Amino acid sequence: MAQPYSQLPRWVNYGLIPLVNLSVAFLVAGLVVLAVGENPLRAAVLMIDGAFGSGDGIGYTLYYATNFIFTGLAVAVAFHCGLFNIGGEGQAYIGGLGVAVGCLAFDSIFPWWINLPIATLCAAAFGGLWALIPALLQAKRGSHVVITTIMFNFIAASLMVFLLVDVLKPAGQMAVETRPFAEGASLPRLDWMIEAFGYTIRRAPLNIIFLLALVTSFLVWVLIWRTRLGYEIRTMGHSPKAAQYAGINTTKIIVITMMISGGLAGMMALNPVMGAQERLQLDFVTGAGFVGIAVALMGRSHPAGIIPAAILFGMLYQGGAEMSFEMPAITRDMIVIIQGLVILFAGALEHMFRPYISMFFGRVADSSLKAAPATTGESH
Amino acid sequence: MAEYAIELAGINKSFGPVKANRDINLQIKQGTIHGIIGENGAGKSTLMSILYGFYQADSGEISINGKNTKINSSNDAIALGIGMVHQHFMLVENFTVLENIILGAEDSQLLSGSISKARSELIRLEKEYELNVDPDAIIEELPVGIQQRVEILKALYRGAEILILDEPTGVLTPSEADHLFRILEQLKAQGKTIVLITHKLREIMAVTDEVSVMRQGTIVATRETAQTSVEELAELMVGRRVLLRVEKGEPNPGEIKLSVQNLTVRDSRGIDMVKNVSLDVRAGEIVGIAGVAGNGQSQLIEAIAGIRAAKEGRVLLDGEPIDVTGQADPAMLRKRGLAHVPEDRHHMGLVLAFEESENSILGYHDNEQYLSGPMLNIEAIRDDAREKIEKYDIRPANCRLKTANFSGGNQQKIVLAREMETDPAVLIVGQPTRGVDVGAIEFIHKRIIEMRDAGKAVLLVSVELDEIRSLADRIIVMFDGNVVGECGPEATEGELGLLMAGVTNDKMAAAE
Repeated sequence: MAQPYSQLPRWVNYGLIPLVNLSVAFLVAGLVVLAVGENPLRAAVLMIDGAFGSGDGIGYTLYYATNFIFTGLAVAVAFHCGLFNIGGEGQAYIGGLGVAVGCLAFDSIFPWWINLPIATLCAAAFGGLWALIPALLQAKRGSHVVITTIMFNFIAASLMVFLLVDVLKPAGQMAVETRPFAEGASLPRLDWMIEAFGYTIRRAPLNIIFLLALVTSFLVWVLIWRTRLGYEIRTMGHSPKAAQYAGINTTKIIVITMMISGGLAGMMALNPVMGAQERLQLDFVTGAGFVGIAVALMGRSHPAGIIPAAILFGMLYQGGAEMSFEMPAITRDMIVIIQGLVILFAGALEHMFRPYISMFFGRVADSSLKAAPATTGESH
Repeated sequence: MAEYAIELAGINKSFGPVKANRDINLQIKQGTIHGIIGENGAGKSTLMSILYGFYQADSGEISINGKNTKINSSNDAIALGIGMVHQHFMLVENFTVLENIILGAEDSQLLSGSISKARSELIRLEKEYELNVDPDAIIEELPVGIQQRVEILKALYRGAEILILDEPTGVLTPSEADHLFRILEQLKAQGKTIVLITHKLREIMAVTDEVSVMRQGTIVATRETAQTSVEELAELMVGRRVLLRVEKGEPNPGEIKLSVQNLTVRDSRGIDMVKNVSLDVRAGEIVGIAGVAGNGQSQLIEAIAGIRAAKEGRVLLDGEPIDVTGQADPAMLRKRGLAHVPEDRHHMGLVLAFEESENSILGYHDNEQYLSGPMLNIEAIRDDAREKIEKYDIRPANCRLKTANFSGGNQQKIVLAREMETDPAVLIVGQPTRGVDVGAIEFIHKRIIEMRDAGKAVLLVSVELDEIRSLADRIIVMFDGNVVGECGPEATEGELGLLMAGVTNDKMAAAE
């Protein structure tokens, strides 16, 4: 009785329900496409073809997905502690500063395989420190991180404009960006991976950071479900009272979790700054921090869900761009509407169909067997 | 007039895969007090929520006063003359009695008309049913017993002919409960029909005319109260014979293990909830703290367990002082041999979203046996959990099942297993059997006595007077943050009840 909807098979919980939500989102998106006078089926074909139909399409899809994996993980880690970090945007932006500092200092001294760990550490440290003040305010003063992190996004944006215009931009240059990184900060591409499937890749900046994102996902899983720290984070997230009872230092856990979260968001900057543009530019984050929220929601804050969710959003970004190119009636803003619908149905309205689906499975389970209830709980 | 006030036929209600009510058939006669008894999770509250329009039954028929009806909302229920007194009062604390009574039943946009009409109506009702309540008193200043009467008045004001009371005595002292029962008798005499939901067998025997027993979502029996016995009802509730009395030998108290000296605890509102309390617990004895809920017991044990910082006072654990006024640290206290079964099992003692095995290390997750470096030793944790499941007969025996899916009794066993198996010197137990089924109560009481017999110092807090009387070797009574008396287990319920109401021996002597 305590939780009437709790005993669903895992494939329903993690497979069917997201799929139903997603289908509804695309159905409504189709109606929107219809409303502007285009054929939704053709739009869908264009989108999927744009995202997966060519080597460059796949490359871009995975490139975008890489960004979203990092920001999705950042949001997920904070979720597990009961914190809603919506400052991924700012933390990633400041993380980019870290990448630039590391690369500009050492790009003509070390090879890439030394510069990458340095840049990674810088990115994580900068992102993490950017989350430190909101974390301390939350832990010590009870100021809600939702408010403080979103304010820090604005501070980060302004700070970066100042730094890029007045400090980092080489004198006499028009473009607001740092100097291009030297050879030593240039990362290996993953063209071979795409080519292994018989595609060719020309422009897409898919690089080794994609693999780093996968490794990081695994490490986040280990952190959350296999370490003592993760146990304390989850205890805090589910029940602060239980954490207090267990003797967990709640202030410390909030600060550590927010810094890990900020660090993960900061690592997102590696992909565009070091992996693609090889220089620090204005506004390179382009909303990835916010997409991370949707990715984490859709992926149930679990790395195994975050990776496919990130790829889905990568597909929306890449395929959507292709679609608006082919269909003049569908502008860039329309793509944002479609993304918004996915976020709405997969994230915010996640529980809309759940009661009906669980009721259906309740009936099925009831009529098929009256035996012992399903005994595997939610496991990892 | 129809013979039955309420007739339910074939009521079914499921929540997803959980069948909360199965094929319920129930007839409640006009002008009687009908008890519904059952363990937690037996489906009593669901059934009453269906009757009051909070939930709709999946199938089945409801007839009120012989007329087949559909109840789609609580407004429908009120229109049919059904009133409900909830376990947790639905009152606006800083409104007056009168304002609370007209809340939701105002006649117009301006209040003055409604208020004067309500006032005369209220005075009439109070006279008729001998419910003495000052209409202009502020709710938060009234004792809970009176607040409950306001709830009853609220229902009567709305014209209730059928009154449902959900666990009405949980927050009352024995004398307040007796008063409530007199009010119920009065209401019955005026022709009202009363449905009393409770898990306390004694109350059923005291006031009801008929009683229905629920188990696992069905009604297993309906009896005339005069024709049944506590033993039979208990057996029907659990489905097997239950030992209602606890058997225990003489205590063998040793040295003082836990000593609380002049402890004062202030809550976040700046109110002293515990005032200058001193007590000792010796090895091999159970000290029970009796009192009506909310008289400082919770704050006292939280301060001793290091969860809440005390304002003043000292606590000695095994003769060693503990800084309870400073940085609270339950982890350190655990290492020094103080185990704590908290009152609030759902939010404090367990993380309901965790697997059973994860809860079986809560608070002990720093112990080396569960770790390998910074990593959790999952195998060791699960093996350990399986051992405890076996030893404490926790069902279902699956350490990977989500804790929320265990029944209240089994959840409590998870906490007890965790806290008792560490071989503590001092065990603090808060409300060990709250929301626990009768079958598990027996087991839990046995384990607590075993701990005592093994030479542990046990401090027990419970609002169930019967529990305190049957387990404790010494009883300390708290009222308004003070210790108002101490007595042996032979003290009568009447004596304890007076103490719980704040009437001390001195006051009694003075009165005589």
